[in-house]
Amino acid sequence: MTITMKKKDVVLIGFGWTGAILGQELTEAGLDVLALERGEMRDTPTDARYPQVIDELAYSIRGKLYQDLSRETVTVRHGVDDLAVPYRQHGSFLLGNGVGGAGLHWNGMHYRVLPEELQLRTRYEQRYGRHFIPEGMTIRDFPVTYDELEPFFTKFEYVCGTSGKAGNLGGRKIEGGNPFEGPRSKDYPTPPLHNGYGADLVWKGAVEAGFHPYYAPAANCSTPYTNPYGVRLGPCNFCGFCENYACYMYSKASPQTTILPVLLRKPNFEVRPRAQVLKINLDSTGKKATGVTYVDGKGREIFQPADLVIVTAYQMHNVRLLLLSGIGKPYNPKTGEGVVGMNYAYQAMGGVEVLLPSGTRLNPFIGTGAGGVSIDDVNGDQFDHGPLGFVGGASVRHVRLGGRPIQMTPTVPGTPKWGSAWKSAVKDTYQRELHIDLSGSVAAYQDVYLDLDPTYRDSYGQPLLRLTYNWHDNEARLMHHVGDRISEIAKAMNAEKYWVTNRVTPGAKYDVRFYQSTHTTGGAIMGADPRNSVVNRYLQSWDVPNVFVMGSSAFPQNMGYNPTGLVGALAYWAAKAIREQYLKNPGPLVQA
Amino acid sequence: MTQPDRRGFLRTLVSAGPAAALAVGAAPAVGHAVETPEASGGAYAPRYFTAAEWRFLRAAADILIPADENGPGGAAVGIPEFIDGQMEMPYGHGKLWFMGGPFHPEVAPELGYQLDLVPRDIYRRGIGNFDAWCVKTHGRPFADLAVAEQTAAMHDLEAGRIVFADVPSATFFGFLLTNTKEGFFADPIHGGNKGMASWKMIGFPGVRADYMDWIDRPNTPYPYGPVSISGERA
Ligand SMILES: Cc1cc2nc3c(=O)[nH]c(=O)nc-3n(C[C@H](O)[C@H](O)[C@H](O)COP(=O)(O)OP(=O)(O)OC[C@H]3O[C@@H](n4cnc5c(N)ncnc54)[C@H](O)[C@@H]3O)c2cc1C
Ligand code: SF4
Repeated sequence: MTITMKKKDVVLIGFGWTGAILGQELTEAGLDVLALERGEMRDTPTDARYPQVIDELAYSIRGKLYQDLSRETVTVRHGVDDLAVPYRQHGSFLLGNGVGGAGLHWNGMHYRVLPEELQLRTRYEQRYGRHFIPEGMTIRDFPVTYDELEPFFTKFEYVCGTSGKAGNLGGRKIEGGNPFEGPRSKDYPTPPLHNGYGADLVWKGAVEAGFHPYYAPAANCSTPYTNPYGVRLGPCNFCGFCENYACYMYSKASPQTTILPVLLRKPNFEVRPRAQVLKINLDSTGKKATGVTYVDGKGREIFQPADLVIVTAYQMHNVRLLLLSGIGKPYNPKTGEGVVGMNYAYQAMGGVEVLLPSGTRLNPFIGTGAGGVSIDDVNGDQFDHGPLGFVGGASVRHVRLGGRPIQMTPTVPGTPKWGSAWKSAVKDTYQRELHIDLSGSVAAYQDVYLDLDPTYRDSYGQPLLRLTYNWHDNEARLMHHVGDRISEIAKAMNAEKYWVTNRVTPGAKYDVRFYQSTHTTGGAIMGADPRNSVVNRYLQSWDVPNVFVMGSSAFPQNMGYNPTGLVGALAYWAAKAIREQYLKNPGPLVQA
Repeated sequence: MTQPDRRGFLRTLVSAGPAAALAVGAAPAVGHAVETPEASGGAYAPRYFTAAEWRFLRAAADILIPADENGPGGAAVGIPEFIDGQMEMPYGHGKLWFMGGPFHPEVAPELGYQLDLVPRDIYRRGIGNFDAWCVKTHGRPFADLAVAEQTAAMHDLEAGRIVFADVPSATFFGFLLTNTKEGFFADPIHGGNKGMASWKMIGFPGVRADYMDWIDRPNTPYPYGPVSISGERA
């Protein structure tokens, strides 16, 4: 029997980064907001308690904060005619779970977007000609510009206390910042984190090789800081346990360290943990959501009525919820019909490994989530793609994440994997090996998409999301080029040895066994035309106007940067539209 | 509709109080502590592994991580104790994985683990198969072979030259090596890395996790030894 609860103005499905932002914005507008979060309540004192939190096995390896795959996962296949099988163990991506979502255990690499990436198709067609974009590649323009989003990028950075240095303040170029970035209205709220020895060496090598290094923007606060909501953050102490962990120093921006303390005190806000939303309910017309159905911690099925439903469940879950609820027509790669699930994309990760001379003391355990050196010379459309013949670019960075021994004790290729030779190699390499990250954009393709799996089900009996994903030649060529270019930095560093470790090489299949990134995008993409997008420029469903869908599911394709700066900016942008336009006149904000 | 599972229960404990804070990841807090010889005043009694399996694990740990000039070997640092402890955790029971069928182990390896076996099964079958192969090939189980024979057998296993009857030998080797390294490098609270031997070997300061005082000292040796979660220093 389904229990029916008292109606709310707004229901948020999931409470991670986008749930926190929308919760704050819509309670400020006076609305009564309920966040339903499937996972547990989490906070700094309970989930980042020192020294218990400094436990690599529990968090990074066994994944204490991640989605419980035994209950729900996704299935994966490489091609549209292949059999999909479950993603049974954590690997390629790490889905968040619990209050704070992945926002509690991200690294805090906090980028915006290169302006040209938002008008990608137009830019390539104008600069390189219509035929430059290969057949089957379905890249698009975002229906919003950098200038429109600029205030919201700034807002999210100020909420996070993000550390960094502007490279372009209102058109004025500034040394030490990113010369390629779009103009900023304000500098970062806190100065850059200090660079360690490895970052100093990469910076020097990059300058020598003709690149333009800048301080990597980090939502790891560098000084004591009070954000616009009055929440305080402390300086990052380079603990080296950032990604996969909650921050015991209150330095890494997370919903818990920036927004939740304010929200929890509001009478018009409630977060209900252990509430797994099964679907969004529609009325008989199918054009209006009446609320959501969820299962609570006691296993009871509950109907929660609401005027406005905001999907803030993370990219993959957002798409799955739309499919389970019958909102929007599912995409069919064979006919090209339908929209929900289309333009799924990922990131092409790689690296240049650098072995420095014997005796070098990198002290690798001195680490942060995001501080270090970043380079955009080969990102976006900051270089001439004409002679290269591929679409896209890569953001490049050296961030020393730490020296956590289970995962961060690399050896030189060819080293035995066990025995005394392995032991001495680990000991030798630990202090003198560093990694320059290559994070490549991934275009959208007609044969890459998301739908519901026909066979496998979660513990609630609902179909799992199915990913149909494989690498394409364009990305292999992009990564090859970037690997070559960035090797010039390693050369300039007088490395004893360096080698490129790209995951995406010609013919390589997408491999779920190795962590690459949790930067998955698309499936509920934003656009100007309901015939080829799921949400409009305000992230409002074209089909059901009282449903909005936040998150990177809105990206028509993926960029080289990490997504959350853009995810946060889009959430604030959408929230403003809801507050200033939708509430006055509920209905479509863009006429189809 | 659903029953709160064991993990859910353990998670509830996590927020309940300090004593339970390690419940999910660490054996000691879940009632049956990993007993070290020091603590129990005698030899460690394995909870999951049989006597024969235990002898294998101790011998294998010393082959994968031998005692040498870089520090003690795998058995001395407690890797068998670590693996035994893990078998009793949700991990050992496969409770951290999606184990719904149907199973299709024939798909491309890039699609990840697809066997209907949990770590407890993999060890039970893998050790049995490997010891049987050692008996057949060398006349004795692994633990009774000379070090050179053990090393050669381990190379044969790694290289896929041995075919097992009821578990892929490469899968068994993969788990054995991965869990061995976990036990070598993880915090001693999980039963391995005794005396923080691996951390001393590489120079990892453990749970210090506060380097404000050293970020501005490039290329300078860090002066402090490791500390563990339970406060042990070396
Ligand atoms: C290890 C890791 C490192 C990362 N590092 C970076 C980085 O350095 N830079 C960067 O830009 N990005 C990074 N990311 C990505 C970043 O965390 C995400 O972009 C961001 O958290 C997305 O916000 P979100 O609100 O869409 O999803 P989340 O923050 O994940 O929140 C979604 C929430 O919804 C809940 N939920 C899902 N389904 C349901 C349901 N059916 N019912 C109820 N609740 C539900 C989930 O439990 C979760 O709490 C990282 C991610 C991971 C996992
Ligand atoms: S590296 Fe800094 S921001 Fe990250 S968890 Fe440690 S103290 Fe917090």
